Amino acid sequence: MAELTMIQAITDALRTELKTDENVLLFGEDVGANGGVFRATEGLHKEFGEERVFDTPLAESGIGGLAIGLALTGFRPIMEIQFFGFLFEVMDSVSGQIARMNFRTGGHFNAPITIRAPFGGGVATPEMHADSLEGLVASQPGLTVVIPSTPYDAKGLLISAIKSDDPVIFLEHMKLYRSFRQEVPEEEYSIPLGKADVKREGKDLTIVTYGAMVQESLKAAEALEKENYSVEVIDLRTIQPLDIETIIQSVEKTNRAIVVQEAQRQAGIAANVVAEITERAILSLEAPVLRVTAPDTVYPFAAGENTWLPNAKDIAAKAREVLTF
Amino acid sequence: MVAKKGNQYDPVKALQLIESQFDMVQILNEEGKIVDKDLDPKLPDEELVELMNRMVYTRILDQRSISLNRQGRLGFYAPTAGQEASQLASQYVLEKDDFILPGYRDVPQLLFHGWPLHMAFLWSRGHYAGSVIPDGLNIFPPQIIIGAQYVQAAGVGLGFKKKGEKSVVITYTGDGGTSQGDFYEGLNFAGAYKVPAIFVIQNNQYAISTHRDVQTAAKTLAQKGVAAGMPSVLVDGMDPLAVYVATRDARERAVNGDGPTLIETMCYRYGPHTMAGDDPTRYRTSDIDDEWEKRDPIVRFRTYLEAKGIWSKEQEEKVIERAKEEIKEAIKKADGQPKQKATDFMKIMYKGEMPFNLQEQLDAYIEKESK
Repeated sequence: MAELTMIQAITDALRTELKTDENVLLFGEDVGANGGVFRATEGLHKEFGEERVFDTPLAESGIGGLAIGLALTGFRPIMEIQFFGFLFEVMDSVSGQIARMNFRTGGHFNAPITIRAPFGGGVATPEMHADSLEGLVASQPGLTVVIPSTPYDAKGLLISAIKSDDPVIFLEHMKLYRSFRQEVPEEEYSIPLGKADVKREGKDLTIVTYGAMVQESLKAAEALEKENYSVEVIDLRTIQPLDIETIIQSVEKTNRAIVVQEAQRQAGIAANVVAEITERAILSLEAPVLRVTAPDTVYPFAAGENTWLPNAKDIAAKAREVLTF
Repeated sequence: MVAKKGNQYDPVKALQLIESQFDMVQILNEEGKIVDKDLDPKLPDEELVELMNRMVYTRILDQRSISLNRQGRLGFYAPTAGQEASQLASQYVLEKDDFILPGYRDVPQLLFHGWPLHMAFLWSRGHYAGSVIPDGLNIFPPQIIIGAQYVQAAGVGLGFKKKGEKSVVITYTGDGGTSQGDFYEGLNFAGAYKVPAIFVIQNNQYAISTHRDVQTAAKTLAQKGVAAGMPSVLVDGMDPLAVYVATRDARERAVNGDGPTLIETMCYRYGPHTMAGDDPTRYRTSDIDDEWEKRDPIVRFRTYLEAKGIWSKEQEEKVIERAKEEIKEAIKKADGQPKQKATDFMKIMYKGEMPFNLQEQLDAYIEKESK
């Protein structure tokens, strides 16, 4: 089995689905001969040709409209938004149109559209590139929002996203693109959407998290282990809909939880997770469910991001608060 | 920097040259006379009559819809009187498999493409069953977001092109729509990919209350296609023959692989923007209304057909009677539709499996609606 980075696993998933289904089309800014600004589509233009993998003019709303029109004519579009910070330019297509297609035509026209975009902080991008806007799309009924944290998950989840008959937003954390390798099977496999993954088992505390914060949470869990705390880490993988079952089962076992997200406290989906836990498992709780998040400013300029972003130490500190409550 | 003299550098002249290319094309004038014999499509009599049937029918539908809206028997309605030539002569060119991406006022085109009238009424009432598009019918429900249909049309056109289908997509917006970013993005994408698309701007002079002259410094809206490298034309939108010819030619270019066309139809809506409280007397005078009513598409077409001896008062009466009858039937059918339930549309949110959160809410609403 090959050891792949997350971005290689993503390319592999795209290649697999372009091969499997001739109705799959891949397009966006610079995704053709250039292979995408991060090289996520490396070699695909050459392998599948201009008909299947193609560049678009530089206009995100146009790309969204293109995806809708192609879906209306029977294709299965994968559109790339070059950076998720450019979402605002295509917000009507995403939330106003794509999310509502099945609904507003009574199921006659569905939207089997995958919207891929790099996002997330810690890689010193210019403004409007690193924002965590997942909460914005997760609050739109009709959209499924997926955020992988490992190469293996990225391939299986992206394949499921592409095969989905409903629209899926697939967000790729830039810091995870090349941060580590993992064994990834060559063949097609899928990981169901809407299912979380327990990345580490424990019995004293549950950390619910996603994206780049999964690795930070695992680091925190290791540090806490040295203090004799056994910490469970749940990687949501799909942040809308939430895998309530996995979260609640874990909380009922550990009786304590924190929720960690890279997004600002007023953004992201941590508040949703806390609400679900309190509604469904409050009698199991020995302590309040606390959150580790970025502060409620707009995403900082690059030189300020490292202290702004939550890290393993912040997570461990918050965990201790809950563990010693 | 010192500007070069002469042809090398004269941006003012460059603009004037472009703008001078967009004189309005007219074939049938206000008196019902053919003024451009070369462009006359010379449609067979039965086709001329059919086009007239549709315009008369739609005028009656408009009158009845306004009245039904006032009685509370219809919901959202955007009046169409004055725009019959622009709407119906362009739709008349289409083949069954062509795709229509309409604006909110473009219900008549959808009806003549095959959308059942009772469904249009249900849509107007806000009943989801109105927009459950029947199989084989290539339409999208009326678009509310101004301009969104333009970017989508580029996509449908690209889809047709990739599938090698000899079909075209047609989309409509108004003069206000040409100010939207999506308008330009749609034209630009369609031009760049050279897709079989027809973009229609129904310039009815007002975006709700805002006059077309406030929208843009451009002398014509048609010239906006030039920037996208797209053949573009301005036609008299009260002249069914001019609209027909421009759309026919655009369709022919599209299916021949010669790409998209932009058509501006100069027209007018006699009524308010919608029936939801718009009062046109706040932004235009009756003199302006009178001026435009002299150019009425049905009046001039009637004169033309009567002179040819293929139209009569009796014929028109028959169409009016048929329209009234069909409207009555369609309202009856719409009334017969079971009352809309929240549980109905909760089930159409997703094509695939319902997510757990919605499933839980559905269970609660089944309970709520069973009481």
